[in-house]
Amino acid sequence: MYLLTQISKYLFIVFLVVFSIKDYTYVFRKDEDKKKRILGSQIRILYLTAILGFVLILLNDFSVVNAALFAGILIYFAITLAGYRLLYPKSSMLLINNMLMLLCVGFIVITRLNPSQGIKQFMIAAVGTIAAFLIPVIIRKLKVLKKLTWVYAVVGILALLVVLALARISGGAKLSITVGGITIQFSELVKLTLVFFLAAKLSRDHSARSALIAGAVAAVHVGILVLSTDLGTALVFFVATLVILYVATGNAFYPVVGLGAGAGASVLAYHLFGHVRQRVVAWRDPFSVYDTSGYQIVQGLFAIGAGGWFGTGLYLGRPKTIPVATKDFIFAAICEEFGAVFSIALIFVCMSLYIVIVSISMQIEDRFYRLVAIGLGTEYAFQVFLTVGGVTKFIPMTGITLPLISYGGSSVISTIVMLAIIEGLYILREDEA
Amino acid sequence: MRRKKNENIEQDIELEIGQDVRKILDGESVRDIEEESGPQLYPGMTDAGIGSELDRTRIYGAGPAPGADVRYSSEYDERSDRSRRYGTGYDERDDRSRRYDAGYDERSDRFRRYDAGYDEADGEYGGYEGDHNRKHIDDYGDDYEGEYEDKYVEDEGGELPPPKRKQPRPYLIIAVSFGLLFLFLSAHLIYFNVRMKDEILSSPYNRRQNAQADLVRRGSILSADGATLARTDTYDGTEERVYPYANIFAHAVGFITHGKSGIESFANYELLTSHTNIIDQMINEFRKKKSDGDNVVTTLNAKLQEAAYYALGDYRGAVICMNPKTGAILAMVSKPNFDPNTLAEIWDEMVADSSNSNLVNRATQGLYPPGSTFKIVTALAYYKRHHTFDGFHFNCTGEFTVDDYTVHCYKGTVHGEEDFKSAFAHSCNTAFSRIGLDLGAGNLSGTALSLMFGESLPCELLSSKSRWSLANSPDDVELVQTAFGQGKTLVTPYHMALLVSAIANDGVLMTPHLIDHTESAAGDLVKKTKPSVYRRLVTHDEAEALSSLMQAVVEEGSASELSGRSYRVAGKTGSAEYTKSSGEIGTHSWFVGFTNPGDSEFAIAVIAENGGAGSSTAVPIASEILSQYYGW
Repeated sequence: MYLLTQISKYLFIVFLVVFSIKDYTYVFRKDEDKKKRILGSQIRILYLTAILGFVLILLNDFSVVNAALFAGILIYFAITLAGYRLLYPKSSMLLINNMLMLLCVGFIVITRLNPSQGIKQFMIAAVGTIAAFLIPVIIRKLKVLKKLTWVYAVVGILALLVVLALARISGGAKLSITVGGITIQFSELVKLTLVFFLAAKLSRDHSARSALIAGAVAAVHVGILVLSTDLGTALVFFVATLVILYVATGNAFYPVVGLGAGAGASVLAYHLFGHVRQRVVAWRDPFSVYDTSGYQIVQGLFAIGAGGWFGTGLYLGRPKTIPVATKDFIFAAICEEFGAVFSIALIFVCMSLYIVIVSISMQIEDRFYRLVAIGLGTEYAFQVFLTVGGVTKFIPMTGITLPLISYGGSSVISTIVMLAIIEGLYILREDEA
Repeated sequence: MRRKKNENIEQDIELEIGQDVRKILDGESVRDIEEESGPQLYPGMTDAGIGSELDRTRIYGAGPAPGADVRYSSEYDERSDRSRRYGTGYDERDDRSRRYDAGYDERSDRFRRYDAGYDEADGEYGGYEGDHNRKHIDDYGDDYEGEYEDKYVEDEGGELPPPKRKQPRPYLIIAVSFGLLFLFLSAHLIYFNVRMKDEILSSPYNRRQNAQADLVRRGSILSADGATLARTDTYDGTEERVYPYANIFAHAVGFITHGKSGIESFANYELLTSHTNIIDQMINEFRKKKSDGDNVVTTLNAKLQEAAYYALGDYRGAVICMNPKTGAILAMVSKPNFDPNTLAEIWDEMVADSSNSNLVNRATQGLYPPGSTFKIVTALAYYKRHHTFDGFHFNCTGEFTVDDYTVHCYKGTVHGEEDFKSAFAHSCNTAFSRIGLDLGAGNLSGTALSLMFGESLPCELLSSKSRWSLANSPDDVELVQTAFGQGKTLVTPYHMALLVSAIANDGVLMTPHLIDHTESAAGDLVKKTKPSVYRRLVTHDEAEALSSLMQAVVEEGSASELSGRSYRVAGKTGSAEYTKSSGEIGTHSWFVGFTNPGDSEFAIAVIAENGGAGSSTAVPIASEILSQYYGW
């Protein structure tokens, strides 16, 4: 078995590297047949990765539940792939492949670290995906979506005020609410409403006045989140807003001034808020605050270092020593047991997903939906940047999860819905053409 | 820059407005920028009302002008495209007027727009950062040209060119910027693995290091002259750490039972990291066989260490030898000590025995009164103030009274008439009491603090800070006591070694280090310690002045035993009084110094606890070590 683990760690690397290369060669292939063949081989790699991962999991940690999970995941992949093929033949399968691959890596890592979380993650992802099949229909039927401009803003701000109240009550520790065993993270919902608001507002009118109003509403969102100590989501919203403003107006003035204002606000926040300062200190010299705010990041760095280029192999590392390894620090756990090469390939898969989204957005004719697509995609991409950058000490840790991979019901659902919306918009575009 | 340019254009326009709008727009400005010929942009243009400053609706044919309708009623696909795009009740014309309502400066706006290539089909700006750069404009000029010319031709009923799919610029910029972010992440991860990993992983907090021991056989610790100081032997699969020199290197090399200490501790990561051929490592991994850890080659010289160890004899105390030019630590002895080979068995006994403190490395952790060795600091303070030692005269009567306190020279010696150099050479306490009183606490404190008193020292092993308490406004008694090295000041032998090293090296302290390099089990170099400057402690002049005082100590003073050899020695003795636990007064014997002033490659600090006068114990110990070192 030891031998199998050693072999498998190189196989995982080969799988993901080939998968990510195919992501990029796909873009350059004009021939539809070749494109189809690329998608086909990606799907084979997806199944192989899942099988290899779960064979190792079952060998190391056999339980009926894990075996059922293994079967469930294979069925889930088959249904999802077939579902999109049959129901929406015009959908972007590259997007689906990438989504499933990231979910697959997430399932393996989470189950290895915490089997019960693995099951939960799988169920939520499956339910979310099935539900997401309806989204393209909803988009096609509900023209009113574009007109709910202020509804989005109000819902978003109210939801964030709940987050703020929770943060105040729990001293910044808890940003979610648990109802009947399901934890709801409101900021995940607001990821959607904010983008919808901005798109609705700016698609109808991208004058300076309108941009100012949109920017002000977004600033309220960001401000509440900073007060709630949810810096990661605040930054994601901030960057998504700038990108939407830029795309909507074509005016580089907005992102440039926005970034300037953002830098100013960051400095201000650094001086005003202890929790911001703490993060910066923990980033610059995590060892100096090892006993407190530096502990997580240091453990994460030890894990990444221990993994080296090729990783320790599944079950041969000690990723459980990292606090919240299945959530914010899942990237460190991946680096430890799968190695840096695998992790870099993973970053490239995430990047490919974003490029697919941008190109979908470009092809959408409807201004509202193209802004929705680029906005949601940007949220995704920037979230990946923040969490990977934070864990690897490239930037300060902002306490945000790795979409599709980290454990967390709200996050998985919102990302799947996000991608379903983008997929829906893409299908809609194909209908138009 | 751009602002200015726009102003110019505005001026140009203002000049020509009222003459011929079309000329401005097509003939002059636009064509000028676009480098496009053909004054016949739109049919409606010729009828443009000259009175209106710049009639946008006409220019774009979106207003009531004839021709506008022609354009929009064409059968061309693009039209339906547009109407679908704006089919949600979005009206382009409304949009434009609203845009202008919002207070745009029409003229500059339009020009900017043209520069950046207004992409009307998308109802968007192609990007505003058009910097009037000619090349840039040309790029977008193409777009512009295509767009409008095509349309014009089409209006005339010409052939339909294939519609061009455009890549709106913001998308490209965003895709590229996020792509870069992701590439930075990947590059950072690579950088982390290449450069940062070792430093992070060698942290003592890293509990994974010990897991590493399952994969790697701990490497050896070697001396600079090739002797093995620690190695791992494997018998029938069980590993044993062996220390061939037993007690001699006990504190410097350290141990790995009951925690880790010494080089074993701070080089733990290197010892447990294998840099053998990566293919071999993979094969070992597959065969579940341990790879050989790297060997750590220290700067310690085994022969010198032995010489120092035996020279110190039965005294408790410490000896440190350094190379002032590089900061390499050549020997580090602390007594009493322990045998690391049997430490596991005698651990409890060692820990319980607080009177001996065998586990404490006295070289770096032992705090002693500096005695007369501190006169180096007082002399420096004097020099800093007067910039010379000339002109100092003192008549030593063997005692000196401050308030109710009388200072005596050691063993009641009367030194008589003396200058600064002879007072230093003979270690005259009364003279230095006078000097200290004259200097005052401020000067003395300032000098001491500049020499790392009360400060963490650069040290790879556990080390203590030297204690300095004079800063808090002392009375005169404490001031004079401090000035000749008693008082409350406490120093580590290591600190004194660093001080004399800096003086020997023209005032510059090199970063002290114990590891020369690490090499793989196969002998390939992995990492070499490059000598680096830690900090300049004293100026060139100060270093020379102190050096000459210290040479006088050997030539005519308390360390004359070290004179007349093939190498020259400079130093300072110390006889530091302390109160024993029994209440008696004891004397620690000190010698600190270096050889061959001006080009010194050897500095030494010796302390023998309760050894009596510096000249009677520490100097002979140093003498023995030096003879051995230079005798080889």
